[in-house]
Amino acid sequence: MHEYLDQIDTWLARGERVAVATVVRTMGSSPRQVGAKMVVSSGGAMAGSVSGGCIEGAVFEACQEAMERGQARLLHFGVADETAWEVGLACGGMIDVFVEPLT
Amino acid sequence: MAMYYEKLRAAIREGRAVATATLVSGPGQPGAKLLLWPDGSTEGSLGDLSLDTRLLADMAPMLIRGESRLIEYPEPGATVFVESFVPPPALFMVGGVHIAIALAAMARVVGFRTVVVDARSAFASGERFAHVDELVLAWPDEALEGRLDARSCVAVLTHDPKLDDPALRVVLRSPARYIGALGSPSTHARRLERLRAEGFSEAELARIHGPIGLSIGAKTPEEIALSILAQIVKVQRSA
Repeated sequence: MHEYLDQIDTWLARGERVAVATVVRTMGSSPRQVGAKMVVSSGGAMAGSVSGGCIEGAVFEACQEAMERGQARLLHFGVADETAWEVGLACGGMIDVFVEPLT
Repeated sequence: MAMYYEKLRAAIREGRAVATATLVSGPGQPGAKLLLWPDGSTEGSLGDLSLDTRLLADMAPMLIRGESRLIEYPEPGATVFVESFVPPPALFMVGGVHIAIALAAMARVVGFRTVVVDARSAFASGERFAHVDELVLAWPDEALEGRLDARSCVAVLTHDPKLDDPALRVVLRSPARYIGALGSPSTHARRLERLRAEGFSEAELARIHGPIGLSIGAKTPEEIALSILAQIVKVQRSA
């Protein structure tokens, strides 16, 4: 988290809202460890990552939605998960990502 | 939420450890937070005092170990993410040499708090080391005494026994995770002989990685810095 504080402070100083996505569980092969983070601003900027690039697009959208609604939610990504999300991990692993508005 | 971030941010900025618990699913507001500091003080609640109590008992040892994971509480059916935020480990570079300039820059990117120590002001100059977290103008042995913990990494880089040897004496008596010393195989053999004569055991001397760095054919100071950092990561990631 320490590596994103300056970025978050810059966004907040500009009057933007911020959402944080955190990897909370991994199963099988997954590119990032539990605790890996991606931070997103309401202005459309992002920093960090929660995978090797496979699901950041979907997580970015979920972060925007979390900021608009002011609601946190848990996302699940798996290789064969076609129900809720159409993106998956090419590596065959599964990860749970918690998305929450910071402000 | 904002209160939570202010507290977390303050702890991280001040280099203090803190653990957060976040309600991921279950009864209550998803995203509700409970914070715990090493001194036992807390802030916030997941909205269920009985759950808070059990959670704090689980969080305390996790904070000490720097561990993060999901915990399921069948009663009341809550899933909680506990995350430990611990200050980054420090990399101490003994010697404000050319390799240290590159190593400090790379180590910062990898997530280390960087500290350069040298008693010579021409080497430990703010102009050369504007990019380090801490620049210490002092004799390395005095500067390192009492500052090394089990996560600390130390790269001894002066090439000068007058500076290197006293530093190694302090480092070898510490619980440091990684100890590396610059020098050719023959320089390192002479260094080990001197330390052996002072009474250090073979097991103690075996903690020193020398010649320092992974063997990748590095030639330039920047390449040598890369090989040192790669070796540090390898040691950190080994069980």
